[in-house]
Amino acid sequence: MNVIDIQGATKVFNPGRSNQVEALAEIDLAVEPGEFITLIGPSGCGKSTLLRLIASLISPSTGSVEVNAKPAEQARLDRDYGMAFQTAGLFDWRTVTKNIELPLELMGWSKGNRRRRAAEMLELVKLSDFAKHHPSELSGGMQQRVAIARALAFSPSLLLMDEPFGALDEMTREHMQDELLRIWKETGTTVVFVTHSIPEAVYLSTRVLVMSPRPGTIASIIDVDLGGRSAATRDDPAFFNKVTEVRVALRKVEE
Amino acid sequence: MNALKGFSAPIVAGVVLFGLWQGVLSLFNPQGFVLPAPSEIVGALIDNWDEVYQGARITGFVVVSGLIAGIVLGIIAALLVTRFRTANETITPLAVAVNAIPIIALAPIFNNWFGLTSPRSNQAIVVALVFFPIFINTTRGLTQVDRSQVELMESYAASRSRITREVRIPNALPFFFTALKLSTSLAVIAAIVAEYFGGRQDALGPMITQSAGLTRYDEAWAAVLAGTMIGAVLYFAVLVLERVAMPWHSLIRNHGDDK
Ligand SMILES: Nc1ncnc2c1ncn2[C@@H]1O[C@H](COP(=O)(O)OP(=O)(O)OP(=O)(O)O)[C@@H](O)[C@H]1O
Ligand SMILES: [Mg+2]
Repeated sequence: MNVIDIQGATKVFNPGRSNQVEALAEIDLAVEPGEFITLIGPSGCGKSTLLRLIASLISPSTGSVEVNAKPAEQARLDRDYGMAFQTAGLFDWRTVTKNIELPLELMGWSKGNRRRRAAEMLELVKLSDFAKHHPSELSGGMQQRVAIARALAFSPSLLLMDEPFGALDEMTREHMQDELLRIWKETGTTVVFVTHSIPEAVYLSTRVLVMSPRPGTIASIIDVDLGGRSAATRDDPAFFNKVTEVRVALRKVEE
Repeated sequence: MNALKGFSAPIVAGVVLFGLWQGVLSLFNPQGFVLPAPSEIVGALIDNWDEVYQGARITGFVVVSGLIAGIVLGIIAALLVTRFRTANETITPLAVAVNAIPIIALAPIFNNWFGLTSPRSNQAIVVALVFFPIFINTTRGLTQVDRSQVELMESYAASRSRITREVRIPNALPFFFTALKLSTSLAVIAAIVAEYFGGRQDALGPMITQSAGLTRYDEAWAAVLAGTMIGAVLYFAVLVLERVAMPWHSLIRNHGDDK
């Protein structure tokens, strides 16, 4: 059974109006359980749009999107996935802890369990000292880490992440990548991850999907088989070969 | 107390201002023809304490009851209108247009509707004046929300009312309080000016017109001072309420300060 099954999905924004945008054309995609998929492509090619289709935050103009063998809408109502958006989207009126607890509150977790899980998540993103702060007191990168902690908090079986590490410095970014891979391996979660960074895509994924500019299509699929990742992976010639392969594919779509 | 922090500077400024007023008048205008000195106003206030106090109670009641009714109606209307998108698109621009009517100018007409000596017409003026800014601003705050916050809630399959509670209402609070601060001073002005035209004759408004008519300017100013106090107390109450309701907001304002 596929976690994600997209058949002939297209997305046209504002159809028939002067500001019509053909964002996605004919997307077919099947994602199996436990895969780590990254979407990479030029700005405006429809990566966020594709992620939103999977999340059923928008519906396709034509075609179908299924998650866990049911319509994406139903999967959303069943809370089958967790999502981290391109902008942190934290609630200023909630403390950092309360932000992380938000999905747990909505799912009816008890107060004690929420507190415990939020503390674990803060540990994970190395922000335990800021538990009682409000988001406006945090730097952009710290806010992004809170958003990641919030997305991971209820251990969803599918994680949708839209450039979650974009605002982080290189060291934190590599740390978060390793943490994400650890969680992914431990939990068997399926991940769909949008990024602009080619090395990040190669380091994280089992498959890299290279998207072409508007209207977005999946131009090429590059399987990445580097085995278990570690610090050494980043210096491995096989890693560099994959980076080059993705770069070539990207260059081709941008022409 | 944290909620009271930051009020000392305006108080000092006020004291300095009154000191200057008193000083300049005692130097250049010792007879107090044009403008009575603060000491004379306070004297008139003490001499006429019972009347002024009674007037302040009546006017204060008009202001506070009108404010509360205007706020409640404004909030209810804003919640209703944001619940239904077409309602928002048709009613809100209409409200903005109606808000351009100088409502205070309707005082004589309201007197005709509600009775010349009834405080109802004065209350109605205050309600109408408070309603529109509260309604328009709160609606704005309820609708101008961060898209990604709403999408996040939708991704959790949160109900519409839950999204209103978690995202829209907290987002609307700063808009609401901005309107409320504006409304408190407007409400006092509206009540007193409306009282010039009708309502109870022992309120502050008639006291001002009658004292001025008899050239007892110090008494008129004493009544004005009472009105000012009503406005100041209400404004201060709103400031405190704002800090209690939105503790995170002062963090945003003081960003970069030490705490
Ligand atoms: N809600 C919307 N209404 C109208 N047009 C939209 C909407 N969302 C996206 N678009 C358009 O769809 C296209 C794809 O947008 P999308 O956000 O998916 O790009 P992206 O690949 O995520 O870009 P980036 O890398 O810059 O985040 C863009 O041309 C954008 O203008
Ligand atoms: Mg995007």
